[in-house]
Amino acid sequence: MTQRLPLIIFALVMAVIPLVPGIPPFWIVLLDNIGLAALVAMGLVLLTGVGGLTSFGQAAFCGFGAYTTAVLTTAYGVSPWLTLPASLLVSGIAAVLLGIVTVRLSGHYLPLGTIAWGIGLFYLFSKLEFLGRNDGISGIPPLSVGSFKMLSPDAIYYAIWVAVLLSALLTMNLLDSRTGRAIRALRRGHVAAEAFGVQTPRAKLLVFIYAAVLAGLSGWLYAHFQRAANPTPFGAQAGIEYLFIAVVGGAGYVWGGVLGAGIVVILKEVLQSYLPYIFGGQSQLETIVFGIMLVLLLQLAPQGVWPWLMSRLPFKPARKTPDTSVNLEHRERAPGTSPILLHIDRARKQFGGVLAVNDVSFDVNAGEIVALIGPNGAGKSTTFNLITGVLTATSGKISVLGNEVANAPPQEVVKLGVSRTFQHVKLVPDMTVLENVAIGTHLRGNSGAISSMLRLDRADEARLLAEAARQIARVGLSDQIDQLAGSLSLGQQRIVEIARALCVDPMLLLLDEPAAGLRHMEKQRLAALLRQLRDGGMSVLLVEHDMGFVMDLADRIVVLDFGTKIAEGTPAAIKRNPDVIKAYLGAAA
Amino acid sequence: MNTTIMLFLLQDGITNGAIYALLGLALVLVFAVTRVILIPQGEFVTYGALSYAMLATGQVPGTARLAVAMGLVAFALDLFFARNALHARLVIHSVALNIAFPVALLGLIYALVGPGTPIAVNIALALLIVAAIGLFLYRIAFQPIAHTSVLVLLIASVGCHLALQGLGLVFFGAEGLRAPALSNAAVTAGPLRFTGQSLAVYGLTIGFIVALWLFFGYTKTGKALRATAVNRLGARLVGIRTTLSGQIAFLLASVIGAISGILIVPITTLYYDTGFLIGLKGFIAAIIGGLVSYPLTAVAAIVVGIVEAFSSFYASNFKEVIVFTLILPVLVLRSLAAPEVEEEKD
Repeated sequence: MTQRLPLIIFALVMAVIPLVPGIPPFWIVLLDNIGLAALVAMGLVLLTGVGGLTSFGQAAFCGFGAYTTAVLTTAYGVSPWLTLPASLLVSGIAAVLLGIVTVRLSGHYLPLGTIAWGIGLFYLFSKLEFLGRNDGISGIPPLSVGSFKMLSPDAIYYAIWVAVLLSALLTMNLLDSRTGRAIRALRRGHVAAEAFGVQTPRAKLLVFIYAAVLAGLSGWLYAHFQRAANPTPFGAQAGIEYLFIAVVGGAGYVWGGVLGAGIVVILKEVLQSYLPYIFGGQSQLETIVFGIMLVLLLQLAPQGVWPWLMSRLPFKPARKTPDTSVNLEHRERAPGTSPILLHIDRARKQFGGVLAVNDVSFDVNAGEIVALIGPNGAGKSTTFNLITGVLTATSGKISVLGNEVANAPPQEVVKLGVSRTFQHVKLVPDMTVLENVAIGTHLRGNSGAISSMLRLDRADEARLLAEAARQIARVGLSDQIDQLAGSLSLGQQRIVEIARALCVDPMLLLLDEPAAGLRHMEKQRLAALLRQLRDGGMSVLLVEHDMGFVMDLADRIVVLDFGTKIAEGTPAAIKRNPDVIKAYLGAAA
Repeated sequence: MNTTIMLFLLQDGITNGAIYALLGLALVLVFAVTRVILIPQGEFVTYGALSYAMLATGQVPGTARLAVAMGLVAFALDLFFARNALHARLVIHSVALNIAFPVALLGLIYALVGPGTPIAVNIALALLIVAAIGLFLYRIAFQPIAHTSVLVLLIASVGCHLALQGLGLVFFGAEGLRAPALSNAAVTAGPLRFTGQSLAVYGLTIGFIVALWLFFGYTKTGKALRATAVNRLGARLVGIRTTLSGQIAFLLASVIGAISGILIVPITTLYYDTGFLIGLKGFIAAIIGGLVSYPLTAVAAIVVGIVEAFSSFYASNFKEVIVFTLILPVLVLRSLAAPEVEEEKD
């Protein structure tokens, strides 16, 4: 309940404001505009700040929402409340269509794409006959409840702010869930998330649609607030302004969107009333100040105002500790047709003219620790990437318990019970250790976005978090459970990755240089943990350069050199193998 | 459709396309060197064109004063960032570039401006003004954040566009301007008449493509500029002055933008916000070229110009819609052709 308290206080304050005697009506209009902008900005927070997908085209989705209700209410006489689902649906469908082509784009192509369709749609709005061309559509009926018509700014005020608060609540619920963690992992690239079964294209499309629906809601409210719709507020300039709002407030924070909307709308008002005195009676002068401010902000406070405010609070919001007594059922094992856990048969990977892995074959049996060693550039990590489906093999067969992997995507490989860590740590630095590790449980939960928003996922969520907390305790990081992953030492981050991999409930654990960056005692603890896992029936395949660590731990060692397997055997045999000695120390040895 | 109309449309499309090609080239250039997606390229176009148009009517354009103001800010930034290691050479260099140059330019404009000033002088002055603005823009807005991600640079770039477009309204007013033609020569070939103006457009475009291609492909400086884009730190470690690279790129881009503007303003009336749309069409070409290839960008720009010409004939209302949605299939093809690579983001 303590977490909801600030929200309740905020809601009460907002509810009382219009009732304060003597409050200028103009302030209420400003607050209405802030609420409308906050809705769009909140979507952008999720899309850009959290999901890492920058969009300059959100204003167009407001347009879809506004024009849908405008056409339906004026031309067909549909009641405004009935057009709400229609508006949301139209924005959502537009987002699906644009999203399918847009979210696939990588890096900077995505924002450029949004600028392009943002402008294209603006021209479409202003040219279509049934949308009233440049003049738009006027005479839209007001919202009404019974015989009460929301004609005045302070009547629709409540509709707008109820929408803002509900959206904020739903958005925060969404972020604090299984789906939310998948979304938050997107910004750091897709390889790590996909290794734990996250369908990243679907997650991207989901936030894209969510942001568009919020924009559509804002557009619908706008149309009934202004009682008219014309193309200007849905153009490229407005799209840029919404992004500006999110950046000002703090693009990574739901309340950053609301705060940013407040700052920008009020600033715009102030600038519009005073700037003409400085420059003479021109319009649009506030854009100069906005532009300069945006550049300054990126240089001085790229995180935005909200996190700056939060860091100044005298108290820190408490985190809840998961109840580890809840059990998470084991993952269902895929039925096997072979006793060999991992069978690699002449796997080959060619990058252009470079042969990274040259017909390598070896097996990993159940309950066995196998080490893959070799000098730098021997093809160890590439072999890992072939097994986990990050790279597709040029030829050869890889099968898990007889089920051929056959170039399946990482999301399918992990379902076979193969989980991994990365040579270059891939955690989300601004998520806590618990949240990072919980990404590993992704496939063991089943709550979707909507049940998360409505908090119907709590039982499922509690089981996932409990499992994450148990695995964190297992690797000995319970004291760091609430710290941000980015604040841990590199060695500890590697251990966090192991906990995340364990959350998959794997049969085979692939560890890429797990001991790098660990201190002596930590290495011993890691070795003890891996032995304990093996004795519990799990198999481990690890790449490692620390020979002392490998020789003590591994049951069997496979040696690669220049992509080719040169030896395989027990540690004792490998130590005496002349080919291995030659590969490591040169011919003369 | 008859052949004459088709030829006219083609000619129109190619002339516009050549302008887009020039802009597209500048965008590719800036992106290749600094990773900045230069949205304010359109403002360089309008600033060049409208400064020239104002000079031609004997007025001093506000852009000249903007250059002085931006120079002052750039000077202050130079001093601030070097505050712990100030030495005389640095200060003298900074004063010369950031203060003496724009002030001298402003003085020169006041001295020379008038109804009788030769066209060539006006063009030179307009180019110098925009060059100074381009140079200072990099110093002020982008140099301090040059190490950040493409996305942050893009948002900053949009900020610059907003500010410069707003200032354009202050300097040039909401009314459009037109300038005298550069030359009245014309060549007739069949039903088509090529003005000296359009021939200049073709010539300059081809010249720039060849020059940029040679520069980046075959000269040491060109290769150094490209290296800067791929890895700033690495480039610095091998002795490339990354700041200088960025300044050169912006200087070239602003001059190319201004030239394009000066080439169009005798043909069509330009408004303070026209540049944005023209620049974006250059963008479409640059994106089709993958932001790396100069020849491909030029070809794409010509295609954009032709599509625009034909759609303004057949569906004039939906001209912009068609041109801007042209980019979507291209983007999709691009992302399908080059699968997403994992990038380390911060």
